[in-house]
Amino acid sequence: MRRLSSALFLLGLGLLVAAIFQTMKFGNVAPIAGQAINAVAAQQVGAANFVTAVVLGYRGFDTLLELTILFTAATAGGLVLGKPRAGASHDPDSGFILRAGADLFFPLLLVVGLYIILHGHLTPGGGFQGGVILASAFFIPILARPGTTMDHRLVSMIEGLAGASFILIGLLAMLDGKEFLTPLLDKGELGALLSAGSLPLLYIAVGLKVGSELAGLLARLSETEAID
Amino acid sequence: MDTGLILYTAAFGLILIGSAGIVLSTHLVRIIFGIALLEAGANLLLLLATFREGSPAPIIVGGRVPATMADPVPQALVLTAIVIGVGILALALSLALRVQRAYGTLDIREVRQRLEQDIVDEAGIELPSSSDAPQAMVSRQEGQA
Amino acid sequence: MELLVLFIVVVMLCSAVAVLLLKDFLAALAAFSVVSLGLSVLFVILRAPDVAMTEAAIGAGLSSLLFALALRRLGLWRIKGQT
Repeated sequence: MRRLSSALFLLGLGLLVAAIFQTMKFGNVAPIAGQAINAVAAQQVGAANFVTAVVLGYRGFDTLLELTILFTAATAGGLVLGKPRAGASHDPDSGFILRAGADLFFPLLLVVGLYIILHGHLTPGGGFQGGVILASAFFIPILARPGTTMDHRLVSMIEGLAGASFILIGLLAMLDGKEFLTPLLDKGELGALLSAGSLPLLYIAVGLKVGSELAGLLARLSETEAID
Repeated sequence: MDTGLILYTAAFGLILIGSAGIVLSTHLVRIIFGIALLEAGANLLLLLATFREGSPAPIIVGGRVPATMADPVPQALVLTAIVIGVGILALALSLALRVQRAYGTLDIREVRQRLEQDIVDEAGIELPSSSDAPQAMVSRQEGQA
Repeated sequence: MELLVLFIVVVMLCSAVAVLLLKDFLAALAAFSVVSLGLSVLFVILRAPDVAMTEAAIGAGLSSLLFALALRRLGLWRIKGQT
C-alpha cells in the first residue's frame, strides 16, 4: 500500500513538473534585471566579477541571511551531536604516507584558499569557495592524526568575530546616511586587486566565517564515537 | 535534439530520482542521499531558466566588455542555494546519528514503531490504529478462535 | 557540443539511479560524487564559472567528506582488520 501510494505520488509529481517545463523557453529568455545590472555594475560597484557585485552589493542582505542559515545549521548539528565522552575510542593510527601528505597539503590549501577569497571580485571565486577550501585545510591534519582535537573555542571565536565584522561593515554605511550594506570606500580601477571598495573586505569576513564554521562542524563530527 | 531539451531532461530526471529516493526508501541514509539529489536537480533547473545562447560569463577579463553577458542574478541565487544545501546535509546526518544512538536502527519503519511505542508507554494512551493492522488482526483472530 | 552534453547527462542520470540502488553505501557515495562532478561540468557549459567552482568544492568535496565521516560513525562502512 505504501509503495502504491508512493508510486502514484511520483507519477503526479512527474506530470506536474513536465507541465511546468512545457511553458519554459530555452535559450532566448530576456533577462530584464540581469541586463540592467550588467549595464551599470562596472561603474556602480567597480567589481570585474558581476556575480560578486550581485552577491555582495545588490543582494547583500540575502548573503547575510545565508550566513545566518549556515550558522544555525552548524550550531544545531554541533548541539545534536553532543559532547564526546572522555576516553572514547577513536580510529587506529594512520600511516606515514597520510601524515606526510597532510603536512604537505596544509600550506598549499591555505594559499589556494586565501587566493580564491582575495580575488573574488576579479575572477570566479569568492568567500564561499575559498572558505570551503580553508575548512578542508584545517581539517585534514585532524583526519591524518586521529585523536587530536581541534580547539573549538578558538574556532568559535574566529567565526563570531568574522560574522560580527560583516555586520559591522554593513552598519558603517548607515553612519554615512546610506542604506545597510551599501559598498563603501573608493571604487578604484576595474581589474586591479584593490578595487570595488569594501567588497573584498566583506568576502574575507564571509570566507573566514564559512571556513571556521565548517571546520568546527567536521571536527565535531569526527570526534563523536562510532556506534557499534 | 538540441541542448535545451537534453538539459531540461537532466534537471527533470534528477528531481524525479531524488523524490523517488525520498519517498520509496526505507533506510534513513538513502533518504538523505535523495534529499541531496533533489537539491542538485533544483539548482540545475534554476540556472537553466535564464540561459542565453552565445553569451559569455558575466566577468570582465582584460578590460574587454562583451555586448551581452549571461544573467548574474540566478547565478548568485544558485551559489547561495548550494551552500545552504550542504548546511542542511550536515544537520540531517547529525540527526541520523542521534536516531541510531537512540533506537539502534536506521530503518524508518522500525524507528516509527518504536517511536509510537515510546509515546504509548509515556502517555499511557492507546494509539488509534486501523483494524487491519497486524497486531489487531492477530488479537481479533485469537478472540474469535 | 551536443554530444558532450548528452554524454555527461547520461552518465549523471545513471549515477543518480545507482545512488539509490547500490547496496553498499560507500559505492553509493562514489556515485553521488560522480553526479556532483557531472553537474559541475554542466555549470561550466552553461556559462556559470562561479557556480561550477562552488558545486565542485562543496558537492564533490565537502558533501562527500560529510557523508564519509557519517558513514564511518554510523558503522555502515567498516575497514577490514578493525574491530
